[in-house]
Amino acid sequence: MTVTPQDEAFVSFDRVQKSYDGETLVVKDLNLHIGKGEFLTMLGPSGSGKTTCLMMLAGFETATHGEITLDGRPINNIPPHKRGIGMVFQNYALFPHMSVAENLAFPLEVRGMGKTERDAAVARALDMVQMGEFGGRRPAQLSGGQQQRIALARALVFEPELVLMDEPLGALDKQLREHMQYEIKHLHERLGITVVYVTHDQSEALTMSDRVAVFDDGRIQQLATPQALYEEPENAFVAQFIGENNKLMAEVTAIDGDTVHVKFDDGETGTALAVANTGVGTRTLLSIRPERVTLNPTNGANAVAAEVLELIYHGDHIRCRMRVHGNDEFIVKVPNAGGQGPLEEGQKLTIGWATRDCRALDA
Amino acid sequence: MVDMTADTDQNDAGELRTADGQPLKSSLARAQRRARTRAAILVAPLLLFVLITFVVPIGQMLFRSIHNDGFTMHTSISDGVKTPIMVNLRDWFDDNPRGTEPDEAAYEALVMDLRLLRELRAPGQVGTRINYEHSGSRSLFTKTARRADRLEAPFKEAVLDVDEDWAEPELWSAMRTASNPYTLSFYLAAVDMTTTPEGDIVSVDENRQIYINLFIRTLWLSALITGLCFLLGFPVAHLLAILPMRTSNLLMILVLLPFWTSLLVRTTSWMVLLQSQGVVNDVMVAMGIIGDDGRIQMMYNQIGTIVAMTHILLPFMILPMYSVMRTIPPSYARAARSLGATSWTTFRRIYFPQTIPGIAAGSMLVFILAVGYYITPALVGGSDGQLISNLIAFHMQNSLNWSLAAALAALLLFGVLILYWLYDRLVGIDNMKLG
Ligand SMILES: Nc1ncnc2c1ncn2[C@@H]1O[C@H](COP(=O)(O)OP(=O)(O)OP(=O)(O)O)[C@@H](O)[C@H]1O
Ligand SMILES: [Mg+2]
Repeated sequence: MTVTPQDEAFVSFDRVQKSYDGETLVVKDLNLHIGKGEFLTMLGPSGSGKTTCLMMLAGFETATHGEITLDGRPINNIPPHKRGIGMVFQNYALFPHMSVAENLAFPLEVRGMGKTERDAAVARALDMVQMGEFGGRRPAQLSGGQQQRIALARALVFEPELVLMDEPLGALDKQLREHMQYEIKHLHERLGITVVYVTHDQSEALTMSDRVAVFDDGRIQQLATPQALYEEPENAFVAQFIGENNKLMAEVTAIDGDTVHVKFDDGETGTALAVANTGVGTRTLLSIRPERVTLNPTNGANAVAAEVLELIYHGDHIRCRMRVHGNDEFIVKVPNAGGQGPLEEGQKLTIGWATRDCRALDA
Repeated sequence: MVDMTADTDQNDAGELRTADGQPLKSSLARAQRRARTRAAILVAPLLLFVLITFVVPIGQMLFRSIHNDGFTMHTSISDGVKTPIMVNLRDWFDDNPRGTEPDEAAYEALVMDLRLLRELRAPGQVGTRINYEHSGSRSLFTKTARRADRLEAPFKEAVLDVDEDWAEPELWSAMRTASNPYTLSFYLAAVDMTTTPEGDIVSVDENRQIYINLFIRTLWLSALITGLCFLLGFPVAHLLAILPMRTSNLLMILVLLPFWTSLLVRTTSWMVLLQSQGVVNDVMVAMGIIGDDGRIQMMYNQIGTIVAMTHILLPFMILPMYSVMRTIPPSYARAARSLGATSWTTFRRIYFPQTIPGIAAGSMLVFILAVGYYITPALVGGSDGQLISNLIAFHMQNSLNWSLAAALAALLLFGVLILYWLYDRLVGIDNMKLG
């Protein structure tokens, strides 16, 4: 499911552009193909155009250029109510003047479903989100998490094949959010629906999705599985946006297959994995995850002298800020193994990392 | 756990005490009393103001509508001395039941009382009071009182000699009614009813009924104006609510502009527009839509009242609706659309029900304002565009029958309160958002 051939895609954005004011492009050349049954997450910083993409798909905004197809049909000219796309809004948008059951019955009613059939479907949908007894309440009488479930049930009750969710868990506390993440994921697997999910919480994106599209500045920076995104970021933005990341600037001195040899600004040398197309003599940005750094390495591939500047206790691990190659912001995560000798501020030691964990990206 | 016993001590009886040993309860009560006193002092001026300018006058009005001592008490203008008047006649009324033919004793009492009135220079006052119930009585009183000193027994003949009208049973019935300063007769008059000499309460002649029809007209026109304001205001409020802030602020100025011009100016500008020699008629004649002799009468009748009042009251409808519409997030409509509703269904089922608090508030405001509106109907209403308030003003200023004016106003007040109550039962007051 990771790579879907373009002509088999369930939803596809084809060279889509969007501008609100005719001056700036909010979405720049978006190409995205989503397979049937896929859980795709759009992840990106605020203002990167995620909601805009979702709104174009739902039919509330029109693409300035390009084509969006749903199940092979272009939808640019289909009004929103005929697209049959379920949608969960960030603020839930439950109709405040209707009871929970009426909210759920609404999409069935406008589709002309009979009363008995409707009631049965509503009851099923309420059971699905474990809210069976709440049908008679008003949305205002529910907690945030309960409202969220109702919004979810409402988007699913008319059995759409595609469901869009725009930061549906944004307003919930951490614990509830994790619980709901699990429930949404579970429903997705059980119903076999296609989900396009928007969030700017990276851990949410990583835990739930089949694929994640990282947005920035109106472009998809990388579209990959969560694992690939974390392990193999393709550019500096993704490397920094997903997880924590140490940056070291260096100059490429030689390229040997997929290994590049670099020279740091302080004159020392090292090796890294070639990711970006950098030529000899160009500057490159090396990215190393804090948890991939080893203290006092035994084999000295990228062994380097470091000085401990600050220790921050985090319970299960200790964050250690070090000076490495003249960079004062180098973070190392030291697991709290108990037996390990305690580090001290000002202590000098050797640290190292494997060549494949040090990725040479565009500077 | 932080140790709390440092702040509050518990003595043997289990009573909580503050750090300096005062009982906690009394200490709390003192602190709250101080806060309450401060709050009371702060609101006192407003309370006093409302009491003096609002509650007292309304109470006065309600009192005046059931109390009129024009037949029972005379207050001297120069020194304020109160003298009971018509004492003898009132005694006779007490001794004889309603419907008794006035006998010699009654006429004697009348003459005695008229003599006192003459001394006090008060026949006009009493005549006016009886005139409210029975027109033409004022001159009867002044004329007879002038000759009262010269009248001699048998008094009945003597009085009837002065004027035959003294024999009318309606006159005696009116005097009997007026002999009690507390009376509901003004309320009866306000609903076109009267008391017969036999004491029955009946409707007055069909061609003399004014108030009931006027009440009905007032309510009907107010409802119509409210409806028109709603029809015209809803789209405007909606537009204001969905436009970007900058444009909508600009439009809002246009909505509020009428507030910045005097009511009189606005009303007269409608007169300029709508009168038969006015702009609208001129344009229609010039365009050949109507002939010069077929000019449409749009002023000095109901149309004038409706048009001008709708225009003047429109902002009161738009503002509450706008403030409610502004708070309805567009995501509701979007959600409805994504759930498969057409734009019409979305409007009908999702948007409109959420605007009801605003509509209710606006309608309430416009209706209550319209029911009591005075200046515009007075200027442009002609004869069939007058509302009840114009008649109240007439009784205040021209006929000087303040008790009747008060009774009419009180009925209006009760009517509005009943509507308010009905509204609360049907829609719910907490469903109303004024801003
Ligand atoms: N209706 C609109 N009119 C004009 N500009 C808009 C409109 N909606 C969004 N924008 C602009 O488009 C850009 C992208 O907005 P969008 O809402 O898609 O961001 P987003 O990725 O969803 O951000 P967030 O995570 O904060 O929700 C922003 O710069 C925003 O200012
Ligand atoms: Mg957004």
